[in-house]
Amino acid sequence: MDVELILRVYPFFIEAAWVTIQLSVLTTILGLACGALGAAARLSRLRVFRAIGAAYVSVIRGTPALIQLFILYFGGPQIGIQLDAFEAGVIGLGVNIGAYMTETIRGAIISVDRGQTEAARTLGMSRWENMRYVVLPQAARLMIRPLGVNINALIKGTALVAAISVVELTYTAQRFIGSTYKPFEMFLISGALYMIIIYATGRGIAWLDRRARIV
Amino acid sequence: MTLDFTVVPAFLDVILLGVLWTIAITVAAALVSFFVGIFFAVVALYAPWFIRLPFRAFEWLFMGTPLLLQLFLIYFGLIQIGIDLPAFVAGVIGLGLHFAVYNSELIQSAILAVDKGQTEASRTLGLSRMQTLRYVVVPQAVRDVIPPIGNNMIALLKDSALVSVIGVSELTLSAQQAIGRTFRPFEFYVTAAAFYYVINLVMEAVQRRIERRIAASR
Amino acid sequence: MTDTAFVEIRNAAKSFGRLEVLRDINLKVNRGQIVAIIGPSGSGKSTLLRAINELDPLSSGEVWLEGVQINKKLPHRQYEKHVNQVRQDIGMVFQHFNLFPHLTVRGNITLAPKLLKGVSEAEADKLAEQQLAKVGLSEKIDAYPSQLSGGQKQRVAIARALAMKPKVMLFDEATSALDPELVEEVNLVMKQLAEEHMTMIIVTHEMGFAESVCDRVLFMDQGVVVEEGPPEVIFRNPESERTRTFLRKHIESNTR
Repeated sequence: MDVELILRVYPFFIEAAWVTIQLSVLTTILGLACGALGAAARLSRLRVFRAIGAAYVSVIRGTPALIQLFILYFGGPQIGIQLDAFEAGVIGLGVNIGAYMTETIRGAIISVDRGQTEAARTLGMSRWENMRYVVLPQAARLMIRPLGVNINALIKGTALVAAISVVELTYTAQRFIGSTYKPFEMFLISGALYMIIIYATGRGIAWLDRRARIV
Repeated sequence: MTLDFTVVPAFLDVILLGVLWTIAITVAAALVSFFVGIFFAVVALYAPWFIRLPFRAFEWLFMGTPLLLQLFLIYFGLIQIGIDLPAFVAGVIGLGLHFAVYNSELIQSAILAVDKGQTEASRTLGLSRMQTLRYVVVPQAVRDVIPPIGNNMIALLKDSALVSVIGVSELTLSAQQAIGRTFRPFEFYVTAAAFYYVINLVMEAVQRRIERRIAASR
Repeated sequence: MTDTAFVEIRNAAKSFGRLEVLRDINLKVNRGQIVAIIGPSGSGKSTLLRAINELDPLSSGEVWLEGVQINKKLPHRQYEKHVNQVRQDIGMVFQHFNLFPHLTVRGNITLAPKLLKGVSEAEADKLAEQQLAKVGLSEKIDAYPSQLSGGQKQRVAIARALAMKPKVMLFDEATSALDPELVEEVNLVMKQLAEEHMTMIIVTHEMGFAESVCDRVLFMDQGVVVEEGPPEVIFRNPESERTRTFLRKHIESNTR
């Protein structure tokens, strides 16, 4: 193994890792927003919203994320959307992971025991009050771990933006494989950095989960 | 620029060829990931530690890194050690191994979930550990694990688009070829998306059918 | 050699961690004898039964079948071979049947004979038909376990065990998981086996059945054999106070 090479190039990878982190954070925020909206839509009393929510989840989860990215980045200009690669990456991946988060959030809300809602409504609370004070607080606790799973997938999913030339970890790995002909070493560096990011995120999620339980 | 889907039909032959290749890769990789997954699961549960550990390390590596990165490693890595495989094969290996690791986790759970009484009955009859695994436990575990593995296979279909990056002429690359001639990315990528969606629907329907069959035979 | 018992347990002891489940048990069963083991939950009776075919190996003591020590201490590979071999001679019927759900009744019965005794497909089928006829379920040969009632499942389980032509049959509370109206059909099969002089060791809660079928009854409590003797003594006129107490409680709860 060419350790000298690794020591020479790793700064580039650290920089690229930072881009990966930025992508992950922004995409997570957008994903959560889309997920919340999607879940609200799917649980709405109005059939139109339920249909839109279901369609969103079905289409986004039913087609490759890479294609969605390409449609947004390469096809966007045709419908008046001009984004640079980083922006397209965040929006494309955010909307994509949002569909999965919709199901996660919806699942958590549904799994809160029915008796809770019955008790709340019996006391006289409105639908919204029930949601806000009884159901959502409990659902929030339940959805932390599964959302963590979504985020885990998201971090690895940011690699897709390498295909639209965003200089993140995977792009950098490919670039250096091309110039050094040492794929194992490049895989090692980028792989290690991905795993560090994922591990750190995992600990964060676990911490959040623990905190939620005490409260 | 305005949208013009009329350019699509002219390239339908290219697109459909791409669809065929996508199906081919998906099926091939799915089979690899299924059988290799069973192998990984048995190793993880029953192999002695000096065999188990390297496998676990490999699985840990493959679960913690992006598929695209793994594809690069396999494709370029193999070339480096002198094995010049066609991109299709590298793609099948990459996708297959990646999902084999995930399948392995599912299969391990399923094997552990098979009722202990089954093993007891089998061992009591005199079957050895291996025979018990082979004829009694694994068949039952496989039945239980088909729904979640089905989900993995559907994910595999979508991830197959990534092998276009290492040059495999499947659906995504075919769309890109058409785009290269017409400069209409939106139309062709949406068309490609539509084909993926349809294949996805078919796979889900097949999975539901299989699940119903299994539920009925219980 | 006629002095040596068919099945013999010597100084059996078993602990799970610090919990002593069996303490110095000695038992001799002759060929063709039907032995019942009764006692409260936690008395160790199931553990004793399961020690005979090494399902839950003893912590100390010996188990012998027809002059062969079952729980021999051997290096791992040889032990495995030995145990698999010996188990072919011991049939076991479980409380929860443990039929293989992914195989038909035929498949359940023929799996072990084909795999372990090299029986051909045709011979195995014949064997299955014979055993099923014995337990009265010939028409169910191609059904799946999920299509059978509890009593039918247990009878198939018995047929499956018998297909290996065991020397001794162990019954671990074979009817405890059955609805009352299904118990009789299983008892009938067991009675029939008894009449054919199969050596049987039966752990059971069914005092009435034990009394009518068995030659000997063992009462176990807290890991020891408190009393043993013929059924008419144990059930009608037990010596030990503990035995009396147990039987009394049992009758009370049954007549409630």
